[in-house]
Amino acid sequence: MRTFLERQRYLLDYTLSSLARRKGKNLSLLAVYTLVVAALASVLFYTQALRREARLVLRGAPELVVQRLAAGRHDLLPDRWVGALAGIRGVADARGRLWGYGWDPISRANYTVLVPEAFWGARGEAVVGHGVARARGLAAGDRLLLRAADGGYLSLAVREIVPEESELVAADLVLVGEEDFRGLFGIPPGLFTDAVLAVRNEREVDTIAAKVTRLLPDARAIGRSEILRTYDSVFGWRSGLVVVVLLGAVLAFGIVAWDKASGLSAEERREIGILKAIGWETSDVLAMKAWEGAAISLAAFALGVLLAFGHVFLGDMALLAPVLRGWSTLQARFRPVPFVEAWELAALFLLTVVPYTAATLVPSWRAATADPDAVMRS
Amino acid sequence: MIELRDVRKVYGEGRPDEVVAVDGVTLSIAPRTVTVLRGPSGSGKTTLLTLLGAMARPTSGRIVVEGREITSLPERFLTEVRRSTFGFVFQQGNLVRGVTTLENVMLPAYPLGEPRAGLLRRAQALLDELDLGHRARARAEWLSGGEAQRAAIARALVNSPKVVVADEPTAHLDTALSRDLMAVLGRLKAQGRTVIVASHDPIVCEAPVVDRVVAMRDGRLEGAA
Repeated sequence: MRTFLERQRYLLDYTLSSLARRKGKNLSLLAVYTLVVAALASVLFYTQALRREARLVLRGAPELVVQRLAAGRHDLLPDRWVGALAGIRGVADARGRLWGYGWDPISRANYTVLVPEAFWGARGEAVVGHGVARARGLAAGDRLLLRAADGGYLSLAVREIVPEESELVAADLVLVGEEDFRGLFGIPPGLFTDAVLAVRNEREVDTIAAKVTRLLPDARAIGRSEILRTYDSVFGWRSGLVVVVLLGAVLAFGIVAWDKASGLSAEERREIGILKAIGWETSDVLAMKAWEGAAISLAAFALGVLLAFGHVFLGDMALLAPVLRGWSTLQARFRPVPFVEAWELAALFLLTVVPYTAATLVPSWRAATADPDAVMRS
Repeated sequence: MIELRDVRKVYGEGRPDEVVAVDGVTLSIAPRTVTVLRGPSGSGKTTLLTLLGAMARPTSGRIVVEGREITSLPERFLTEVRRSTFGFVFQQGNLVRGVTTLENVMLPAYPLGEPRAGLLRRAQALLDELDLGHRARARAEWLSGGEAQRAAIARALVNSPKVVVADEPTAHLDTALSRDLMAVLGRLKAQGRTVIVASHDPIVCEAPVVDRVVAMRDGRLEGAA
């Protein structure tokens, strides 16, 4: 065992000195390799952080949302529906909700105007998200002018800005009182955008959703898990898109790596020939080359992951955030909490380190299995 | 000790550019002697050296080293024979560039995994013996031709081989350095080693230490085996 370890130590020492001898070539390869790993790891880390953040924020979301559909289109819901929903066995509370999207031509963005359960402002006041405040240059006490459904303008005093922690889903929010909302969108009393239900037993959400559609055939019930799935697939789709774009870089790296790995230079072939002639076995040469591949790929992997960690969690994903977070003008400013899943690292490891190490072994194996005489003559 | 029987080596067999490098050589080499394979370039002496040193396999014929036929040995055992029996000195030394002289000397022993301290002592002692101790930390490419050849001899000796095989060791040395090198080979013979040299250099062929000169031409032996 001691002999084996000593032998590996010799081989590793020799590998490191061999890498140092071809500094320029190996450092440039390491740099490209590190950047590819960093780019892929950044996408993975950030997507995961976004999903996690969405999950945390949506933890306080209603368990069930009920919409009214008219010929498949979302329509306003009468308050008698709210009463009917509250009467379903297992429902703890039912409440009509008022919200809507409003296009603002000044900031060229959509706002989400919402009446919270208990609006803490007075009539004519609004609480706005950070995205809205940034887009319109608003601070508390300023006035926000919105074009109403009747063609006039609704002037709202900004009471406060929504705290930044919840910005991922609140950047484009404008919170107003019920009267202002109805005035803005022209919705008469007794009608709501949708209804939210609180259920007594969370595990019965699906059962209650089925009861809702039985009771009100034009209703559509949406569970919290469905909203989470939507977020997951949106962020997953975006990350997939970025990964596809990055595939070009991965492919280019693959070509560089293969060229480096398969194109043993005359000097390298001669060196293998010398080593074999002086008594190294094929397995010794392969072990040395495996150490070489592992040293480059592990260093690139470690550096790439560290770089990605810094980029995502300390540098706010400056390079790729706009693509992954969304394309809205009112983009959320969001600082992801450092969190890395072990399986993601394992997948990245399998996709980057293993293929490279294998690619370095194939040509070396070809050279190492030939007679030393033939290797030195070629 | 080493016997070659009707050994033949063909490169690119069956192809239009086929070359018969060694053609039916039968030769016996006695232990503790210095044998020189003499011949012009292309006569097949380097190929013959690689065959009897287990660096290549013959196309046909048999090679027996210390009573053991090595011709059909699997690669792993052939390497073992090469490592334990032979030490090689190539033309121009063939040291690994970018590596120190000391590490070059230690290289053949790496696969054996012996403790570092002992190996370092032995390699340094060999360099001292060949008057190269002061160049131990110099990189291989910084050595002069004569120093590189002596470093190559030290490397060939690090695993204490019974046979030292040298291919044109004086090809790039001047007369004085060539004579020094032959003196070193004489010391190896005195230590009880067998030395086989391929060369067409008269200084080598006529050196007093040489026991036997075998002439080659066109892949065949000119003298009797």
